[in-house]
Amino acid sequence: MSGVRVLVGTRKGAFILTSDAKRERWDIAGPHFGGWEIYHLKGSPADPNRLYASQSSGWFGQMIQRSGDGGKTWAPVGNKFVYDGVPGTHQWYDGTPRPWEFKRVWHLEPSLTDPDTVYAGIEDAALFRSTDGGQTWQELPGLRGHGSGSRWQPGAGGMCLHTILLDPGDPARIFIAISAAGAFRTDDGGVTWQPINRGLRSEHIPDPTAEVGHCVHHVAMHRSRPHVLFMQKHWDVMRSDDAGDSWHEVSGNLPSDFGFALDVHAHQPDTIYVVPIKSDSEHYPPDGKLRVYRSRTGGNEWEALTQGLPQSDCYVNVLRDAMAVDSLDSCGVYFGTTGGQVYASPDSGDHWSAIVRDLPPVLSVEVQTLP
Amino acid sequence: MIRLILPAHLRTLAGVGGEVEIEVAGEATLRSVLDALEARYPMLRGTIRDHVTAQRRPFVRFFACGEDLSHQLPDAPLPDAVASGAEPLLLVGAIAGG
Repeated sequence: MSGVRVLVGTRKGAFILTSDAKRERWDIAGPHFGGWEIYHLKGSPADPNRLYASQSSGWFGQMIQRSGDGGKTWAPVGNKFVYDGVPGTHQWYDGTPRPWEFKRVWHLEPSLTDPDTVYAGIEDAALFRSTDGGQTWQELPGLRGHGSGSRWQPGAGGMCLHTILLDPGDPARIFIAISAAGAFRTDDGGVTWQPINRGLRSEHIPDPTAEVGHCVHHVAMHRSRPHVLFMQKHWDVMRSDDAGDSWHEVSGNLPSDFGFALDVHAHQPDTIYVVPIKSDSEHYPPDGKLRVYRSRTGGNEWEALTQGLPQSDCYVNVLRDAMAVDSLDSCGVYFGTTGGQVYASPDSGDHWSAIVRDLPPVLSVEVQTLP
Repeated sequence: MIRLILPAHLRTLAGVGGEVEIEVAGEATLRSVLDALEARYPMLRGTIRDHVTAQRRPFVRFFACGEDLSHQLPDAPLPDAVASGAEPLLLVGAIAGG
């Protein structure tokens, strides 16, 4: 019988939540790697039992863990991330130059076809790839070598490469996003990269429409339509219909266009979800109401989804990698909060309930739909 | 034989409980002891010292015989009591909240 496996990364360990296709009763396993920050864990589309996890700590640095049995057991693999060549400098918060320095892995993106190939987005921002199941890692240096790296700067969470989207129709095309540099695309498998930020407007940089410097929080696509991208920028929800060559705003009637998380319905490419957050200095929902907003029109027209979500005195945040969908016939939508709740909706967002309420602050949520 | 006491998270990572005992060829120094430790437990590489510079990670400290050896040069000899196995070398995570 089909089911779902929800992979939850938190400030103090990883948790794996499983259910059958009804998504009513959940088994909660964990914490794995208790006490460590798990920024992200994700399964291979080519082998759902192959999982990768980013495990890090301010004391002991970065580990990468790999599982071959769906997260029941894990083994450490390679943790050596060394920039290619002379790292150079990026901008610090005040615009002064700062040397590139490895801090942690924010996001792991397994290949769509090969369980042993996985990409890692790191802080300070760079893209690495392993083709041996995570044992060794090599930078794709063309990204930092684009020439604009000296103008990238950190967002509040650090200068992180947090989004990696592999084009299902074109193995040579990859999209990535960096806070605060913007979005980039390669069309040659990662050798060369171009910034794709035309149409973005950001008031925190001297030239609001500059080629780079934009604080992109997250980007998502539907696999059937990889040239259509949706972006939650620091402020503004944006859409591109030409693989990032140009963007236009689709914030429409949202109560706030600041936020982090964004995802696309598994079966309806124009149905998208965001969680509006009040502002960049108040990282909680407007009016103390936790509301997911859904657009069925690819943006601009949004409806609040509230059933089962707290509608008073709620002051949690939903971070950029903490929303995901399953691909069961009735699409499930999931998100985790900094208050430790993981909410699930088995009916595309109409009704919500908490799978679990009291985890450490949730950093990431990924979902696997199991046969 | 050198006795080492690792912080709990590194014991879990290495799959060991209690003290670790390792043999060091030549003089017992921070470098030789950590080299031997990492050779025996490769999963600890990068968790105590930086992969590239081999510098101690900022929130890791080395104590022995009631002394802080964190700032000792990597090739300076460790106290005789550590070299003889009479006293353990403690690898400690700095008190830094959590």
